[in-house]
Amino acid sequence: MRFMNVVVCVKQIPDPAAPARLDPSTWTLEREGKLILDESDSYGVEMGLQLADQAGGGEVTLVSMAPRNETSGLRTALAMGAARAILVSDPVLGGSDALGTAKVLAAAIRRAEPDLVVAATESTDGYTGTLPVQLAELLGFPSVTFVKKVTVGDGKVHVERQTEAGFDEVETPLPAVITVTAGVVEPRYPSFKGIMAAKGKPVDQLTVADLGLPEGSVGAAGARQEVVSVEPAESRKAGEIIVDEGDAHTRIVAYLEQLKVI
Amino acid sequence: MDFHLDEDQIAVAEAVAGVCAKFPGRYWQELEETGAYPEEFVRTLTDLGWLSILIPEEYGGGGRGITEAAIVLEEIHRSGANANACHAQMYTMGTVLRHGSREQKDRYLPEIAAGRLRLQAFGITEPDAGIDTTRIQTRAERDGDRYIINGQKTFISRIEYSDLMLLLARTTPLGEGAPPAEGLSVFLVDLRDAGDAVQFSRIPVMFNHHTYQVFINDLEVPVENRVGEEGRGLRYIIDGWNAERILIASEAIGDGRFFTEKAASYATSRVVFGKPIASNQGVQFPIAEAYAAVQAAGLMRFKAATLFDSGAPCGAESNMAKLLASKASWQAANAALTAFGGNGFAREFDVERKFRETKLLEIAPVSNNLVLSYVGQRVLGMPKSY
Repeated sequence: MRFMNVVVCVKQIPDPAAPARLDPSTWTLEREGKLILDESDSYGVEMGLQLADQAGGGEVTLVSMAPRNETSGLRTALAMGAARAILVSDPVLGGSDALGTAKVLAAAIRRAEPDLVVAATESTDGYTGTLPVQLAELLGFPSVTFVKKVTVGDGKVHVERQTEAGFDEVETPLPAVITVTAGVVEPRYPSFKGIMAAKGKPVDQLTVADLGLPEGSVGAAGARQEVVSVEPAESRKAGEIIVDEGDAHTRIVAYLEQLKVI
Repeated sequence: MDFHLDEDQIAVAEAVAGVCAKFPGRYWQELEETGAYPEEFVRTLTDLGWLSILIPEEYGGGGRGITEAAIVLEEIHRSGANANACHAQMYTMGTVLRHGSREQKDRYLPEIAAGRLRLQAFGITEPDAGIDTTRIQTRAERDGDRYIINGQKTFISRIEYSDLMLLLARTTPLGEGAPPAEGLSVFLVDLRDAGDAVQFSRIPVMFNHHTYQVFINDLEVPVENRVGEEGRGLRYIIDGWNAERILIASEAIGDGRFFTEKAASYATSRVVFGKPIASNQGVQFPIAEAYAAVQAAGLMRFKAATLFDSGAPCGAESNMAKLLASKASWQAANAALTAFGGNGFAREFDVERKFRETKLLEIAPVSNNLVLSYVGQRVLGMPKSY
C-alpha cells in the first residue's frame, strides 16, 4: 500500500494525579503547571503507529492545541514513535468550547493531508466526547466512533465498533475520522532512544492567524457554550455493610434485584 | 553549582517510573512466593534500552554517563521494584569497555547493548576470600592458546540468567614472587559453551535474590577471552568499583524515597484515636529525619556521579555516597516499618519486602565498615584499621 499518513489528535492536560482547580470567574480548568499527554490519547497514538507500520510505509503526525506552546505531552507521543507534531497555541484560544477547538484542530489537520484521523473517544479533563464528530463534520470526512479494532486497505478503513451488545463491523472510505476506546491496544513505553530522538523531531508551532481562522470565530469570543455554574460533586455515601448471620447471600441477592442488576 | 536535573534526565526519570508502574507490588510478591527470576521486568527494561544506557552509541548503547544510569536505578527502586536481577547488565561490561581488546568490544558490546547477550555475572568472591580479594585461590593455568581454570566461587549473582561471566582467577599463585595485588587476571567466560565445567547451586537468601555457589572444573578459556594483560586483573576490577558504588547508592536512595513516601502517605491517612497517626511527632519525625538523610545522600551521590562523568577522581565521594545512602535507606526502612505497625509486616504493603531487600545495601557489594576504613585511611590519612 502507498504511504499512509495518520493524524492523531492529542490533548495535553494537567496531571490527573494532582488536585485540579477551576478558575472561579470562567469555570475553566486551570492549566498553569506542566501538562502531560492525556492517557486516553496514548491508545490513539499506539493505534496510529501500528497502522502506519502495517501499511508498510507511513507515519504519524500529532495535532494538538495547548496553552503556552506546551510540548511536554507531545514529546511523550513523539518518543513513542510519532514523526512530527503540529501545535496550535494562542492566548486568544483560552476559554474555547469543544466546537471552537474542533475548528482549530480541523484547520491544522488539513495541513497534514491525512488518510486517517484518530482521536480518543473523550478527553480525561473535559469529557464532552463531542469533538471528534465535530471535527469529522468540519473536515467533511466520515466518522466512526468507539473503535476497538481497525484495518486499512484499498482506500477504505474497516473497523469493529464497540456497542452495548457487542460490536458492529463498519467500513468507510478514507480519509476518515475514528475514535478509539481506552484499552484496545497496549500503548508502548517510550524507549531511551525514542526519548532522545523525540528531541530532534519537528514541532510546527502555529497561531490562529497562521491557520487563517477569522478572529472571533474561535476561543472565548467564538464559544457558543458557557459554563454558568459549577457545583462540587456530592461525596460518596458510605456503603452498607452486610454482616453474615447465615442470611447474607439472600440479602445480597435482594439488594442486587432492587438495583435491577439481576 | 546547579542542583537541577536537566530536561533529558527528567525525561529518563519519568519514563522509567512509567515502565515500573507496570510492575506493581503484586508482581514482586508473586515472584517471591515462587522464587522466580523477574524475566518480564528484565526483558522490558532491556528492550527499552534502559540497561544499555552506559554502552557507547558506537556499540548500539545509549552513550550516557553514570548520572543517567543512577537516575534509572533510583527510579526502579523508588517504584518498589528491585534492580538486583539486572543492574549488573548495566555496568559489568565496563571492564570490557575500558580494558578489553578492540575485537572483544566489537564482538560482545553490540550484542549486550541489543539485549541478545547477558553479561551480568562477575565471579570474584570465594568461600575463603571475601573482601580480601588478593587471597582468592581459583587458578588459571596457561596451556598453549588456552587457559585451564579450576576453583570455587560464592555469592555469584545471576549466573543462571547470564550468558557471559567475568571471572577473576590467579594466573600466578600467591607467594610465587609477584606482589599479592599482581598475578590476578580477568577472563570473559562464555557460559553457553562451558558445559559441566561450570556448575552452580543457588544459595537461598532472605529475599528473592538469585545468587549461587559456583564450581569450576577444568574450564577451558581461549587466550583471546582474557581481558587486558595477564596479571593486572585486580586493577581492572578496582577500576569499576566507583561506578558500582554510585549505582548501588542510587538504589538505596530509591529505596529511601519509596519508604518515606509510602510511610508519609500511610501515616497521613491512617486514623487512630480520632486523628491521623502522622499528627503525632513520634511517628512524623522519624519519617522526616529519614527523608532528610535520603536527600543528603542523594546530593553526595550526584556529586560523585558528576565527578565520575567528568573523569575526575571520585573514590572518596563514591564510597561516602554508598555509606550515606545505605544508612539512610535503612533508617527510612525502620521509620516506615514502625509507622506501618502491624501492617508493615503484612506482605501486601511491600514494606517488609523492601525492608529485607534494602538491608543488603549496607553489606554488599562492600561492607560499610570497609567504606569507613577507606575514608579514615585514604581520605583522612589515619592508620590502616584492618
